[in-house]
Amino acid sequence: MAHAVDLLHSVEQLKDDAPHVDIGDTVKVHVRIVEGNRERIQVFQGVVIAKGGSGINESFTVRRIASHGIGVEREFLVHSPRVTKVDVVRHAKVRRAKLYFLRGRTGKSARLKEKRFS
Amino acid sequence: MKGILGKKVGMTQVFDENGTVIPVTIIEAGPCFVTQKKTQEKDGYNAIQVGFGDVPEKRLNKPNGGHLKKAGAPPLRYLREFHVDDPDAYETGQEIDVSVFRVGDKVDITGTSKGKGFAGVVKRHHFRGGPKTHGQSDRWRAPGSVGAGSTPGRVFKGVRMAGQMGNQRVTVQNLKVALVDPDKNLLGIKGAVPGAKNGLVIIREAVKG
Repeated sequence: MAHAVDLLHSVEQLKDDAPHVDIGDTVKVHVRIVEGNRERIQVFQGVVIAKGGSGINESFTVRRIASHGIGVEREFLVHSPRVTKVDVVRHAKVRRAKLYFLRGRTGKSARLKEKRFS
Repeated sequence: MKGILGKKVGMTQVFDENGTVIPVTIIEAGPCFVTQKKTQEKDGYNAIQVGFGDVPEKRLNKPNGGHLKKAGAPPLRYLREFHVDDPDAYETGQEIDVSVFRVGDKVDITGTSKGKGFAGVVKRHHFRGGPKTHGQSDRWRAPGSVGAGSTPGRVFKGVRMAGQMGNQRVTVQNLKVALVDPDKNLLGIKGAVPGAKNGLVIIREAVKG
């Protein structure tokens, strides 16, 4: 008999090309939305403020400022078939793993310093 | 009555066709072997005896070893019975695997729950315990009153008290089969299943399905 962990892994639908994001990245997440029998792709753009979980349960949280300055956060499972594509628009220089301090900030103070690669 | 024996592997999650997450318990079920047929005429009821689980032959005692050899089955760790309407539909030595179940079937699952030892009433029956402040001493997790005084003059039977919790046979009804893999003998059941990992579980067609 195979090892229990291997049996569990054999069932999990892990993506081979799982998207990689870092904390502070500005990302465009392409989400598949099923309405009845219609299907469309919605793009959610924002800053990655947290990552969590491991294995099939790995996730990241994206925060964006919607209209009227209302903050909206969505958590995505990395391996979910609903997440079809993740584009990284911009990297930022950050010094911590959770950017929850952004929740209390608006306007200029809510910006992150961009990190450019040579 | 369809049924199979299995070993609990653990829990994980899978995505359905809409991308919704389903929590599943993975059970390594089968291959099981029919080891004996019980009939109305001979035994007073109709059933098949089914065996499951690899075991070295030297671990079996002589009577069990002989019983399995007679049935034409390999050495098996567990033997359990399933009531069936017609035992003659089965052959002794016949193999039963997970393909008897399909995705979407409702099943009842029986296992031995995790033992919690001698547990107090707060843990065992979800009593609220006593107040934690205002001059209380040793009343935090006490059961409180167990009945009236001189009339009836005794404590009624069945009053919930502290005692052994868990390590008993538990059946959960109407669980849904979320996944069937005959190649690896795996069964995925939506939700939790009684018992610890590596524990024996009995999977039966739902009685109330």
